[in-house]
Amino acid sequence: MLKLGLPSKGRLMDQCFDWFGARGLALSRTGSDREYAAIAAAAEVEPVLLSAAEIPRELAAGRIHLGVTGSDLVQDRLADWQGQVLELAPMGFGQADLVLAVPAAWTDVETLDDLDAVAAAFRAAHGFRLRIATKYHRLVRDFLRAHEVADYQLVDSQGATEGTIRNLTAEAIADITSSGETLRANHLRVLTDGLILESQATLYAARAADWTPDDRAAYRTLAARLGVMSHPY
Amino acid sequence: MMAAKGAARAVADRLHAALLAEGALPVEAPILLPADTLLDLYGEDIRARAYVTADPLRGEMMLRPDFTVPVVQIHMSEGAEPARYAYKGEVFRKQERPSARAIEYLQVGYEVFDRDDPTGADAEVFALFARLLAPLSLRPVTGDIAILRAAVAGLRTTDARKAALLRHIWRPMRFRRLLDRFGRARPPRLVLTDAAPLIGLRSQTEVDRRLAALADDCAAPPISEEERALLDAILDLSAPAGQALAHLGDLAKILHAIGPAVTRMGARLAALDRRGVAAASLPFEASHGRTTMEYYDGFVFSFHAADPALPPVASGGRYDALAAHLGQGGGQSIPAVGGIFRPGLVADLGGL
Repeated sequence: MLKLGLPSKGRLMDQCFDWFGARGLALSRTGSDREYAAIAAAAEVEPVLLSAAEIPRELAAGRIHLGVTGSDLVQDRLADWQGQVLELAPMGFGQADLVLAVPAAWTDVETLDDLDAVAAAFRAAHGFRLRIATKYHRLVRDFLRAHEVADYQLVDSQGATEGTIRNLTAEAIADITSSGETLRANHLRVLTDGLILESQATLYAARAADWTPDDRAAYRTLAARLGVMSHPY
Repeated sequence: MMAAKGAARAVADRLHAALLAEGALPVEAPILLPADTLLDLYGEDIRARAYVTADPLRGEMMLRPDFTVPVVQIHMSEGAEPARYAYKGEVFRKQERPSARAIEYLQVGYEVFDRDDPTGADAEVFALFARLLAPLSLRPVTGDIAILRAAVAGLRTTDARKAALLRHIWRPMRFRRLLDRFGRARPPRLVLTDAAPLIGLRSQTEVDRRLAALADDCAAPPISEEERALLDAILDLSAPAGQALAHLGDLAKILHAIGPAVTRMGARLAALDRRGVAAASLPFEASHGRTTMEYYDGFVFSFHAADPALPPVASGGRYDALAAHLGQGGGQSIPAVGGIFRPGLVADLGGL
């Protein structure tokens, strides 16, 4: 049985059902509204409803064959994500950008070069590294290392990240934004070269899953319907 | 493939004993180190390389990624100068990508804190490593970050530009960007205006100060083509140390600021000769050490096996500034030079 991990709630779940439905795989919830269960019209596919944040881990462990979640979550939560999962299809919804933002009133800062220079001056003036609040530690660290930015530190923020600067627990933030409205409302501005990742809901295959001959056959049928590659395993 | 642990440990014991026979004091360092000191020193990059764990009372701790910091701290709190220390033990390095590199391996190290004769101490450490590793016929590489620093400090440009370049000596891409930028005349940049209220810890004074610095920088003349070419000639220099010294001596006639550092390099080569190392033929690369540890600020060296995929079998250098950074601003610098061996690699290559 081909296990397909899907986000268990809200708009993301509805859009997933629509996406698969439009490609001939009807999915529907079963039981009460509060029960996390679903069935597929195709007998060989077993939908598994999971928290979107846990789907990367389930894919890495191979407990599901396929999974839908944001590319931000996969690329941040999994080290060497390309070695653990295979990207089958970007799905065209759930778009959000991971961006680096600073107070809009920092009129001396437009780019990463500026941020790097400010980090040096900030550390000299305050005695500690300039703090960037985020929950996307791996993505942000890899990005800043690739651009050779120095004298910063990451501080963990699992929510309301835009508020950390006002609360004096960070000087800059890296967070997901879709319209930029929350950033503006919190008097923040994105650096011109501060786009870390353009994320969207994406269908992945798990390299570590146990792909039995039956699973492979089921997958080939599904792949033909979805128009994605036929040999991910 | 790393040697079996037993073989690596036998090599480590032998190297450690050889260092003690040279008069080094044995030091022990904890395996669990407070994360904040290492993070402050190395920055976020260390998180990608070191295993982080949590102590319920002490907060974030790291599994020892190297011995340098704990050994310097032990020396600062208890040591008398001059001092020579030897240590051995495991270090732990996380790998974010699939890799044949070990995540846990033995290091044996030797550190010298001696302010009377720095070039002599450089030569002492290198000669000792060369002698102990001689059976393996490794390829040594040497370099000298002090010459790069002196070359930057000697540029005819503003102190702010020199400070920016010096800060990024260890980040070659950003160093190059800065040098290119400082080499071009630039129109004053448009100052952003924004009605948003200032939030956060960084004050309006700090913003204004940087805007003034940006304006000053636009007003400063570009670093000349000749000077940039001179700096490139130094950065690209790769030759046997004797030839490199002669070439740097010629460059010092134009770029006087590197004179004292070149003189020290000459003294170091002479000290190496006195210790029986054929110094003139040692490979010298002026940029060696630029992408390794940020706090090497003088002589640097490493020993390599024939297989370029292998990490250095041994490496080290001078890191006078590190102690000052650990001393949290008020700290003074302590002249320090040292290096580490990787006994597991030594065993893989046939042992000593």
